[in-house]
Amino acid sequence: MTGPTEMLEIDIARKRYPDRGGRPHLALADLRLSIGGGEFVCVVGPSGCGKTTLLNVVGGLDADVDGRVLLDGKPPSAGVGFMFQEPRLMPWLTVLDNVLLVAPDPEAARPHARALLEAMELGDVLDAYPGRLSGGMQRRVALARAFSIDPGLLLMDEPFVSLDAPTANRLRTMLVELWQRRGATVLFVTHDLREALALGDRVCFLSGSPGRVVLDLPVGLPRPRAHDDEAVSTLYAELMTRYPEILAGLAASAEDIEGGGDGR
Amino acid sequence: MKRPQNRSEPVAALSLPGLRKGGKATRPWVPGADVSLRLASLLAFVLLWQILAAILDSSLLPSPAAVFVRVAEETASLVLPQHLTITLGRVVVSFLLAMAIGTAIGIAMGRWRRVDLFLDAWLVLGLNIPALVTIILCYVWFGLTDVAAIVAVAINKIPTVVVMVREGARAIDPRLMQVARAYRLSRWRTFTRVYLPQLVPYLMAAARSGLSLIWKIVLVVELLGRSNGVGFQLNVFFQFFDISGILAYTLVFAAVVLLVEALLMRPLERRLTGWRG
Repeated sequence: MTGPTEMLEIDIARKRYPDRGGRPHLALADLRLSIGGGEFVCVVGPSGCGKTTLLNVVGGLDADVDGRVLLDGKPPSAGVGFMFQEPRLMPWLTVLDNVLLVAPDPEAARPHARALLEAMELGDVLDAYPGRLSGGMQRRVALARAFSIDPGLLLMDEPFVSLDAPTANRLRTMLVELWQRRGATVLFVTHDLREALALGDRVCFLSGSPGRVVLDLPVGLPRPRAHDDEAVSTLYAELMTRYPEILAGLAASAEDIEGGGDGR
Repeated sequence: MKRPQNRSEPVAALSLPGLRKGGKATRPWVPGADVSLRLASLLAFVLLWQILAAILDSSLLPSPAAVFVRVAEETASLVLPQHLTITLGRVVVSFLLAMAIGTAIGIAMGRWRRVDLFLDAWLVLGLNIPALVTIILCYVWFGLTDVAAIVAVAINKIPTVVVMVREGARAIDPRLMQVARAYRLSRWRTFTRVYLPQLVPYLMAAARSGLSLIWKIVLVVELLGRSNGVGFQLNVFFQFFDISGILAYTLVFAAVVLLVEALLMRPLERRLTGWRG
């Protein structure tokens, strides 16, 4: 592994936000999570348990929190990659410019960004606008954007939701390859346990709202693994029987892939 | 709970120096069919005018030919170009002033509710105060000067810019702003590459309606308190009932407006919204 790898420590005593009626809603409580440098950790939990809120707090999008997040002992600053549920590309920028947008020095980053996009089979659409690309390609650009800054920390908020299975699998493979080659500490949020098992070194289970870690499970399966590997399926089935109460919400929420609304 | 997915669609690119925005993004010049239709419309207008002038046969409606001759005379004597340049100068300065101030206020009002609440009543007043009142007051307070003239025009225009830009600022997609924050973009880059492009359609609308309003008000301002410019000349012609003079200036003025629209506004818009193609 090359590149920077940083240790992430999350300690959130309380995170509230006003719900639609204006009353404070407790989204996260006593959430503690420590991720080693270069580790790939998946966080799973039922819809509405505060997964997106957690990522927003870690990513610095939401500073109104009682708790702290430290990346190698310091609050995270530059060098954090973020992939959202939607690609969130700037429609007025070309694919290449979208990637260069997040570079500290766009001119210096140009060759690197080009090479990265070409390696991700986006070489033909460097100058295309995102609106002309398929959903899968847009996610690929978003993935390239996240890796283009050589992130020490990569935050992913159900980035492959609402894609067809082959496209999602291809992107997952791409993600793992990039991560193995470049190294980054990854916090990957999903409500799809199978996806978590296929990707993570560790899977952390959040409780229903207010979310906290109720189970921290190392995944020792050898890589490369695929979403539909037998080993993944076996582990999945085993977990389902072993922790029925923890996974009940997940099984239900995995049905409505589109409705992954996490409140925030 | 979720915003509609296509929230970020109606926005456009802002091209900045140093950042590549190739010509490939701009669409080619309007196809021939469009141009010929525009020309036909122009010809129909002149034809209608000719017929009307022939029927009336009065000095109160000179024929197109007579007016074109007058345009040539006024141009050759350099009187028309001189007054036109002065008027255009006033238009450009007050336009830029109104756009800059109106955009700043509009963004602030769209972004901060308190600012919006505080300034909203002023805005309603500004939108509804008759142009004539601001013009008279500016001349009374600042004297019969160019500064007073330009301030008066800008004051008339600013409120409409504010209203449009405020609408744009309210429609800013928070999800794209989150991207800028997540990647710790500098304030400047966030503003120019993420925020402003979303305002472009609103700025274009404000610029369009702004120009047409400012043309009109500048002439009134010149008529009331300046001793040069197209408005001043029109007043002189009015005193002498010189209709062909009035029409000659009007014609040139209209031509300038059309040229600005065709050579400046439309190419600019094509360039800024090329990504929608």
